[in-house]
Amino acid sequence: MELTMAAPPGDTAPTRSPTESGNQSAGDGLVRLGVDVPLRLDSGVELRDFPVAYQTYGRLNADKSNAILVCHALSGDQYLTGTHPVTGRPGWWETVVGPGKVLDTDRYFVLCVNVLGGCMGTAGPKEINPETGRPWGLGFPVITIADMVRAQALLLDHLGIETLFSVVGGSMGGMQVLQWLALYPERVFSAAPIATAAYHSAQNIAFHETGRQAITADPDWHQGDYISHDVIPHRGLAIARMIAHITYMSESSLHQKFGRKLQDREAVTYGFDADFQVESYLRHQGSTFVDRFDANSYLYITRAMDYFDLSEPHGGLLAEAFQGVTSRICVISFTTDWLYPTPESRHIVKALNASGANVSFAEIPSDFGHDAFLLKEPEFWKVLGGFIDGAAEHRGLRG
Amino acid sequence: MNDVRQEPGTRNDEIRVDLRVIADMVDPNSRVLDVGCGDGALLYHLVHNKQVDGRGIEISRDGVNACVSRGLSVIQGDADTDLDDYPTDSFDYVILSQTLQATREPRTVLENLLRIGNRAIVSFPNFAHWRMRLSLLLHGRMPQTDVLPYEWYETPNIHFCTIKDFIILCDEMGITIERSITVGYDGRARGIGSSMFFANLIGEQGVFLLNRGAAKR
Repeated sequence: MELTMAAPPGDTAPTRSPTESGNQSAGDGLVRLGVDVPLRLDSGVELRDFPVAYQTYGRLNADKSNAILVCHALSGDQYLTGTHPVTGRPGWWETVVGPGKVLDTDRYFVLCVNVLGGCMGTAGPKEINPETGRPWGLGFPVITIADMVRAQALLLDHLGIETLFSVVGGSMGGMQVLQWLALYPERVFSAAPIATAAYHSAQNIAFHETGRQAITADPDWHQGDYISHDVIPHRGLAIARMIAHITYMSESSLHQKFGRKLQDREAVTYGFDADFQVESYLRHQGSTFVDRFDANSYLYITRAMDYFDLSEPHGGLLAEAFQGVTSRICVISFTTDWLYPTPESRHIVKALNASGANVSFAEIPSDFGHDAFLLKEPEFWKVLGGFIDGAAEHRGLRG
Repeated sequence: MNDVRQEPGTRNDEIRVDLRVIADMVDPNSRVLDVGCGDGALLYHLVHNKQVDGRGIEISRDGVNACVSRGLSVIQGDADTDLDDYPTDSFDYVILSQTLQATREPRTVLENLLRIGNRAIVSFPNFAHWRMRLSLLLHGRMPQTDVLPYEWYETPNIHFCTIKDFIILCDEMGITIERSITVGYDGRARGIGSSMFFANLIGEQGVFLLNRGAAKR
């Protein structure tokens, strides 16, 4: 992944070509953080002089009060909208981010950072370990959701953004949003944790472990050193993605999309080829994922999610994690999301209420399952948009 | 009497009479929790005309999503089960508008309102209104009105009471009634004066401003 170096931060947003007026406007950013003071990870390891890659959309206003941080999910990256440099397809939140959209880039400075442990430019197992001059591989320290958020906070320091107007994210992005509230409540004016949970459940961990086992069982994984062998464990990573993808959809959406329909054939073949459309679809999901995602990153990021339990440092009292939170918060869940079901969101809402935070909670009726936040779900857009607009009014941001 | 369901209020518009009576009881810039806030008409009015720090709870998903879409801070929840999660003394006013009669345990809900809020504002349809009495007397069937259009077997309103019943309950619970207003069939608001009999007969709705008084926390 090639990224251009951003201009030094100034009063204006990083690079945005004046000729790009609309939805293609974006700024590439790549900075090295932890240069003077290393980032101390939860594991105790200190990370020094590490790269952080990000994208920006829209312009930062003069008093730097209009910044929205979007946190991406496990398989996401910093490319929210516009053409993705690797896949050539639209960014993962094209539906929500852009001029006149819910996160209106004509109004807000929208920022998305590739997470620590990722594989799109930020420090992760694929990047070069400066001490050895070779890729980190499994030598990369195990990271946590809190580590990801601390790295994002360092980036904001670097950009001179003291307070975020909003932090928004779904799934693992929602975990980062909650972690932001717990770690830096004073830096968050508003927050929208979407389709997420305050801890990873046994079922969530179980699915992740199955995916990791698929990767490490692939002979091409080479104990994580596949780059040296000039191969990638594509079979293992594809299977991991196929398993995960099932958890992102609902039974009804799978049924509506595929049912028992056969793939390009009139009858079953009495073999193990992809007879059914759903098989063909999953195989496609698996193989395209391998082209854009690093297998070791998948191990590290799923591990970070498994370790996530916001109440753990507070003896299991989630409300304690939210002490001092005065942000406006909107928790959103989806009816058919069985990976992060609505009761998980209610648990968060209950804790936020008990700590006296200003919280809204909406459950959106949807057939799409966990992936609903990525798909065409107008009621979700309306609720999130109303929340952001209401917060902007309280923030004194002009429309 | 206006239809109960109407479009949410805009900034300077007229809101329903009973909601206006409630709004008049709320001091500006206070902290308000509206339990059963519906589509947010009252909350929107209070936030924009009285600059309150307003929150809401609403049981219907459509209501919640409409509220949040308008920038209001509202959660999906149930007055019977979810008030326990709110800290004591966290609001200046807790409002329960046209919802008491639909709760499973009205007395517990009332206790919770006055635990969470320093004051509570409660409004409810008066089952002793003359039209109710007349309907029951003449037809011998459970009364149905514009405001309460349900058949007995499908009504969400499972705990009807009269203005007199409510005042007796407050007395039993040691709750002090600061103000009491009735809204009549003609849409006019009147204070409940010396004649309880008259108020209980002509008040289609009762609106009460309560404080803890001698009530035990």
